[in-house]
Amino acid sequence: MTKALSISNLSKTYKNGVQALKGIDLEVEQGDFFALLGPNGAGKSTTIGIISSLVNKSGGKVEVFGHDIDSDLTNAKKMLGLVPQEFNFNIFEGVEQIIWQQAGYYGIGRKEAKKRAQPLLEQLGLWDKRKSPARELSGGMKRRLMIARGLIHDPKLLILDEPTAGVDIEIRRSMWEFMQDLNEKGTTIVLTTHYLEEAESLCRNIAIINHGEIVENTNMKSLLAKLDMETFVLDTTGLPEQLPQIQGYEVRRRDDTTLEVDVHKGAGVNGVFAALSQHNITVLSMRNKANRLEELFVRLTENKAGGQAS
Amino acid sequence: MNLVAFQTIVTKEIIRWTRIWTQTLLPPAITMTLYFVIFGNLIGSRVGEMGGFGYMEYIVPGLIMMSVITNSYGNVVSSFFSAKYQRSVEEMMVSPVSNWVILFGFVGGGVLRGLLTGLIVTIIASFFVELKIYNAFVVVSVVFLTSVLFAIGGFLNALFARKFDDVAIVPTFILTPLTYLGGVFYSISLLPEFWQGVSKANPIIYMVNAFRYGFLGASDIDITVAFVLILAFIAALTSLSIYLLNRGTGLRA
Ligand SMILES: Nc1ncnc2c1ncn2[C@@H]1O[C@H](COP(=O)(O)OP(=O)(O)OP(=O)(O)O)[C@@H](O)[C@H]1O
Ligand SMILES: [Mg+2]
Repeated sequence: MTKALSISNLSKTYKNGVQALKGIDLEVEQGDFFALLGPNGAGKSTTIGIISSLVNKSGGKVEVFGHDIDSDLTNAKKMLGLVPQEFNFNIFEGVEQIIWQQAGYYGIGRKEAKKRAQPLLEQLGLWDKRKSPARELSGGMKRRLMIARGLIHDPKLLILDEPTAGVDIEIRRSMWEFMQDLNEKGTTIVLTTHYLEEAESLCRNIAIINHGEIVENTNMKSLLAKLDMETFVLDTTGLPEQLPQIQGYEVRRRDDTTLEVDVHKGAGVNGVFAALSQHNITVLSMRNKANRLEELFVRLTENKAGGQAS
Repeated sequence: MNLVAFQTIVTKEIIRWTRIWTQTLLPPAITMTLYFVIFGNLIGSRVGEMGGFGYMEYIVPGLIMMSVITNSYGNVVSSFFSAKYQRSVEEMMVSPVSNWVILFGFVGGGVLRGLLTGLIVTIIASFFVELKIYNAFVVVSVVFLTSVLFAIGGFLNALFARKFDDVAIVPTFILTPLTYLGGVFYSISLLPEFWQGVSKANPIIYMVNAFRYGFLGASDIDITVAFVLILAFIAALTSLSIYLLNRGTGLRA
């Protein structure tokens, strides 16, 4: 089957000499919910910019649903919807006007645009604001406006560059639902985010990019399976001077009452509790030190950093 | 050709310049009224005849043309530059609108404002002087083509502009002097031969004179030359704009 997105050997060197992409390969299957992750400055927005004709590539090939952006750009563009990282609408224009215009650029007439806009604006909670100029929207509303705008022509591939940045928890949850729903109805989604729990709960496949190179590209399950160790944080009533050694676990003191314990996969945590109660240490509560994906992410991106300034 | 997209851009432009009509439509009305009062009535009555016509009658076509030029150019340069600056131009860049449609959508918006301004100025002028039209076809075609030409010029200016100052440089240092020296206020036959030759290197002379010919039936230059010149400039600037748009100059990093 044709890939929703196929990128090969894509490179970009900006005019200022920054080598933002060093020949990356990436494929996204039709119907996928794909996470493109990486630290600040990794090259995510550059990649997205090239796919969506906002940035000129220096080399390589990009195909959207089989349409090469060099030889068949118009068709590639029709397949694609973009929700960019930065606000890029005219703040003096009204919400409705922005949506209708975007439809117009895709050849959709005003009447049809109105019909399509209503359910979109309603679902995204912008219907009441449809007459307001964009500058009167809150940050979260502006993000949702860009989502509505990116969907007005019913794209088969939707790329969202940090759509949930600066959005409150409630709205973020409803945006997740919205995206999941869209994906279930058949839209392929590529998402970048710095909230890794978001990627973990929404996405099936994942690529991690760092310093313009793909350092990991796999499905979420097997990536998480790679994580052979988890760290727990234990709050206690108090710790003795000499920490007990517990066979099979690595134990560290964080402060007078807090412990960190590394637990190998499959070892379970019973042994920790048994040993601690033997030493009269009372555990008040326990939590994961970090999101699982977060730990992997830090490891993957640290390894490759190799002292490069970022 | 995506007609819906073209309409969308033109409509967007009309909405823009009507929303800010106090900055777009009102100023030329005020300035031109002042010109008519001062040059036409006060000074004009002492100047007497120019090229065989009353001074007021003589300068009206030039002043209409001047406001058409300024507004066609100004509309496109500021609208397209602010679309670049606010990045709303990206809405068009990601969508399948062709570069021709982007260019002529903005040009269309600029031409409509230019012509509307020209009409407003004409109406104001008619309070000061009785306007006669010698050749309506020449009047309409010259003003339309000139408006198109300067709208494209504004588009090119916006493509190259990096900051707001760059939007004002060409109008201030090139357009305004060329217009004032472009035979709006005087017949170049008044100039010594040498300066007449120099003046003929100024393209605006041809447009102003051709337009005036449409009203008065008199011109300092051959109006066929004017038509050829305007069309040649339009062709050249259009090709340049499309070439730059295809390359992404000033738009794509
Ligand atoms: N227009 C530009 N001109 C020059 N360099 C740029 C430009 N845009 C981005 N860069 C550089 O390219 C590199 C990659 O930037 P990019 O925006 O793709 O990162 P990112 O992964 O999206 O980061 P973030 O998570 O912060 O959004 C960075 O070093 C950045 O400084
Ligand atoms: Mg980014």
